[in-house]
Amino acid sequence: MGITAAQALVKGLEEENVTKVFGYPGGAVLPIYDALIDSDIQHVLVRHEQGAVHMANGYARISGQPGVCIATSGPGATNLVTGIATAYMDSVPVVIITGQVATSMVGTDAFQEVDITGITLPITKHNYLVKRAKDIPRIIKEAFYIARTGRPGPVLIDIPKDVAASTIEYQPVEKVELRGYKPNYKGHPQQIERAVRLINKSKKPVIYVGGGVINSGATEELYELAWKAQMPVTTTLMGLGSFPEDDRLSLHMLGLHGAPYANYAVTNADLLIGLGVRFDDRVTGAIEKFAPQAKIIHIDIDPAEIGKNVVVDVPIVGDLKLVLRDLIEKLEPQEHLEWLEQIEQWKQEHPLQYGNGDRLRPQYVIEKLGELTNHRAVVTADVGQHQMWAAQFYKFTRPRSFLTSGGLGTMGYGFPAAIGAQIADPDALVVTVTGDGSFQMAMQEMGTAVEQNLPIKVLLFNNNSLALVRQLQHFYCDKRYTAVSFTGNPDFAKFAECYGAVGLKIETRDQVEPVLKEALNNGRLTIIEVSISEEELVLPMVPNARGLDEMVQFPFGEEDQCE
Amino acid sequence: MKHTLSVLVENKPGVLTRIAGLFARRGFNIKSLAVGETEDPEVSRMTIVVDGDDRIIEQVTKQLNKLVDVIKLSDITHDEFVDRELVLIKVHCDASNRSEIIQIVDVFRARIVDMGRNSMIIEATGDSGKIDAIETSLRPFGIRELVRTGKIAMVRGPKTRNGEA
Repeated sequence: MGITAAQALVKGLEEENVTKVFGYPGGAVLPIYDALIDSDIQHVLVRHEQGAVHMANGYARISGQPGVCIATSGPGATNLVTGIATAYMDSVPVVIITGQVATSMVGTDAFQEVDITGITLPITKHNYLVKRAKDIPRIIKEAFYIARTGRPGPVLIDIPKDVAASTIEYQPVEKVELRGYKPNYKGHPQQIERAVRLINKSKKPVIYVGGGVINSGATEELYELAWKAQMPVTTTLMGLGSFPEDDRLSLHMLGLHGAPYANYAVTNADLLIGLGVRFDDRVTGAIEKFAPQAKIIHIDIDPAEIGKNVVVDVPIVGDLKLVLRDLIEKLEPQEHLEWLEQIEQWKQEHPLQYGNGDRLRPQYVIEKLGELTNHRAVVTADVGQHQMWAAQFYKFTRPRSFLTSGGLGTMGYGFPAAIGAQIADPDALVVTVTGDGSFQMAMQEMGTAVEQNLPIKVLLFNNNSLALVRQLQHFYCDKRYTAVSFTGNPDFAKFAECYGAVGLKIETRDQVEPVLKEALNNGRLTIIEVSISEEELVLPMVPNARGLDEMVQFPFGEEDQCE
Repeated sequence: MKHTLSVLVENKPGVLTRIAGLFARRGFNIKSLAVGETEDPEVSRMTIVVDGDDRIIEQVTKQLNKLVDVIKLSDITHDEFVDRELVLIKVHCDASNRSEIIQIVDVFRARIVDMGRNSMIIEATGDSGKIDAIETSLRPFGIRELVRTGKIAMVRGPKTRNGEA
C-alpha cells in the first residue's frame, strides 16, 4: 500500500529514533505537518525559525544524537541560515527539513520561493533538493548518517510541496551506500608510533583539546592519556568540560581570553598535542608566535583540518577514541616533574582573577553559580563578555555541559540552545548565561519555554551595553565608544513575569548567593537579572597580532576595576 | 605551480556548483575546468587545472575530498598523462595570406572547418603548449574570435580510473 512521501519522511525520522522535532509551520510544509499528527514524534513549536535550529543544536550537543528542525520555504528557510552556519562551524549534527514550492514552480520566483540548497551550500556538510518522492527514504537515511558520522555537521533536505504530497510505495532502506563518503576512523599505526616517540622524548608537553574530543566521546581516554604521561591539558572554548577543571593537570582554557598559565605553557612547550582542534585564530593569536618551540601532533577525524593553519609534525587522521586508545597502550608512563612545577608556579603567579571589594562583579556571580551547582549544571552561553566569564570562572567538570557558539559567535544562541538541552535532558539543571544584547536576539522564545514547561534559569548580565564590542573600542578605537549603548532595555525581571515566569534581580554582592539559591531551587523558568557595570573588561586578553604570552593581564589600569 | 586534478564525481545536478563554489569561497584559483560524462553514465569526470603552492594544493584536494559527491580525486601532475585542449580560432585572411595560413595549419596538424571571403575558422587539438603556439602563430593575421576548452587528461598505460590495471 502506498503512503505519501511526507509520511515516508516521518517514518524515516522514527526509524532514526527521533522523538522531538523543533519547527515552525507554513504553506510548503503542510503535508509534512499533516503527517506528523499521526506520529509519536513530539513537535516543539518555536517563535522564530532561528530558535528551532539552535534548539536542535542544543538538543544534539546534549544527547549526542542529531537534532531535527523543520521550516517552511522562503523566509522560513532563510531564517534558519544563521543557525545552520552556527552548527556547521561547531560540528554539530543537525538535520534540517525545509519545504519548497511545488516542482513546477521551482525557478519561477514563486511566492515564498528561495534556493535554500544554493544558499546553504557553504554552511552544510551536505544538502539535498528532493526531486523524486521515492528517493525520500534513502535521503533521510543518508542525511542522518552524514550528519552524525565522521566530523558531524548539519545536513539540509529541501522538499517541494508536491513531492511531499505524492504517493510512493514505502520500502525501508537498510544500508547507506555513499561511494564518495567514507570517513576514516582508525589512525595510521606508523604515525601513532611516531607520536609515541615524540611524547617519550618530550620534556614540556601540552595537550590542547577541542570539541572533537567531546564529539568522539573520548574524554575518558583523554584523562587516561594525560595522567599516564603526566601531561597538562588546556582546552578551547568548545573543548570545555572534556577535562575536569578541578584536576591538577588542568590548564583551563587557552587563547584570546585564556588562562595566563595555559598561554605560557603553550608558548614554552616543546610538544603540542592537538586533539579535535582547528588551530583557530582565537586560540593561536599571531600564528607565527604560536607554540614556537613545539613539535606538533595533530589528531582529527577531518583530514582537511590537518595542516590547514599550522605545519604539523605528526598528522593522524582518525576517531579520537580509537586513536587515543592505541596511543595509551603504546605509551610508557612518564613524569614531567620540572615542567609541572613550572606550571604550578605560573598558576600561582598569574591566576585567573578579578578585582574584589564590595562591588558586584560578574566573575564572582559565575564563581558562585559554579559552587552552588557543584560545577555540574548544563550551562549555555550567548556571545559577549558574559560568555568569556562563564568559560573562565565556572570550572566545568564534565563533557556536554557547556554549550556556546564557539566558531561563528552567534548572539541569540544561548537561550534556544538551553531549550533544546532541557528537552534532551529534562532532569538536568540548565542555566543560560547571557547578556542584555544577546538575550534580546532570542527572547521571543520565552513563549516556547513557557509552553514546554521548562525550568530553565536565565542568568542575564545587564550593563545596558554591548560591552564586548565596547571593550574592542576601548582597546582598538582609542575609547571612542559608538553604537554600544542600549537606552531602551526593558525590565527583564518584569519581562519574565509577564510570561508567567519568575523574575529576580541581583543588584549587590550580598544578594548573589541567596538569589541564586532561590532561583536554582524554585523549579520554574526564571530570569535573574544581574546589574553590572559596562566598564568591566574581559581579562586576560591577547591584543591583535600578538603572541599568546603577550596578553594584557589583570590588574590593568583603573578600568578593569571601576573602583 | 600548476596542478592537474582528475576528479570523479556523481553525475547529478548541482555538483558543478558545489565544486566551483568551494574554489571560490576558499580563494583557490581555477585555471581551467572541463567536465563530461564518463563510460558510466552515473559518473562524471572533471579535469581541473589549479594554480598554487603545495599547501594550497593539499587544501584543495582535502576540501574536494570532503564533498559527498566527489567519488575519487587524483592529482596526476606527476604522472605520465595525455592531455588535450581544443581551440577554435576565427582568423582574418585575404587572398594574399590565405596560403600562408594554410601552411601554418598544416604544420600544427590543425584543420580548417569554415572558410569565408575574409576569414576562416581553424580547429586545433593538442596540449596547452601546442594550442598556445598556434595561437601565437596566427595572431599576426588578426584573430577575430577564439574559443578554447579546458584541458582534459588521462593517465598513460593500463591504469584506469579505479586504479585497476
